[in-house]
Amino acid sequence: MSQSYNRGLIEDFGRWKEFSAGMWAWIFHKFTGWMLIGYLFTHIAVLSTAIGAAQGETMMLASEQVDVYTGTIQGLESLFIIRVLEVGLLAVAVFHILNGLRLLMVDLGIGLTAQDKSFYASLILTGVITVASVPTFLTGVGL
Amino acid sequence: MAERYSSFTPGGTGWLLQRLTAAFLVVVLAFHFFQLHFVNHAADVTFMGTQARMENIGYFLAMVLFLIAGTFHGVNGVYNALVNQGLTGTPKKVVLGVLIIASVALIAQGIWVALAMSGMIY
Repeated sequence: MSQSYNRGLIEDFGRWKEFSAGMWAWIFHKFTGWMLIGYLFTHIAVLSTAIGAAQGETMMLASEQVDVYTGTIQGLESLFIIRVLEVGLLAVAVFHILNGLRLLMVDLGIGLTAQDKSFYASLILTGVITVASVPTFLTGVGL
Repeated sequence: MAERYSSFTPGGTGWLLQRLTAAFLVVVLAFHFFQLHFVNHAADVTFMGTQARMENIGYFLAMVLFLIAGTFHGVNGVYNALVNQGLTGTPKKVVLGVLIIASVALIAQGIWVALAMSGMIY
């Protein structure tokens, strides 16, 4: 027999102090989802410089003539703020992946009684992977 | 008995496709991040390097499928989030229309970019 419980109106964010693990998981999944779809549109916009590059368009990067795709990406990557945002994107993506796996398990009815623990595990693992990736993401960029 | 909270139609194809694309995206998104931040560093990306990767038909198809699955999963997620917040009636239809147009535009633009990267069009 499946169990269900009344979660109340979660859309009322004023109730946040009453939220349990599952509700936080739901909110974080939604927030990270919005970030990721927003990023996808931005990502394709930046990568669209490949169309110009394929047609031979060039630009100046550090007083060197380079194709517009290489120049745009390397120009962005030379900015510290972009590297910080990339670390943020990694954190958002890793949490969405890990919590997504948790949701697939919930859908399959696997480990339902441990759904709160698997949310905490997703959070901790996201933190660990993000922190461990910081050196890689900040390679070769100054403030 | 608690109410049913999901905005998905029970047993609907939207629900199933959201899960199927999720399972695909988990693998490809992890690969994509690993490939372009740890194997190759994003700061070292060049058009020549991108072309070399995209000329491989398997990689090219994986990236195009990644784009289509990602767009569907993301936009369907946004739509369901809005329905979940109480979107109904005409605004719901308008939002659905706008999201479909945005999705088609994103996929078309992405495929154009992928073709330019692979050297199939100039």
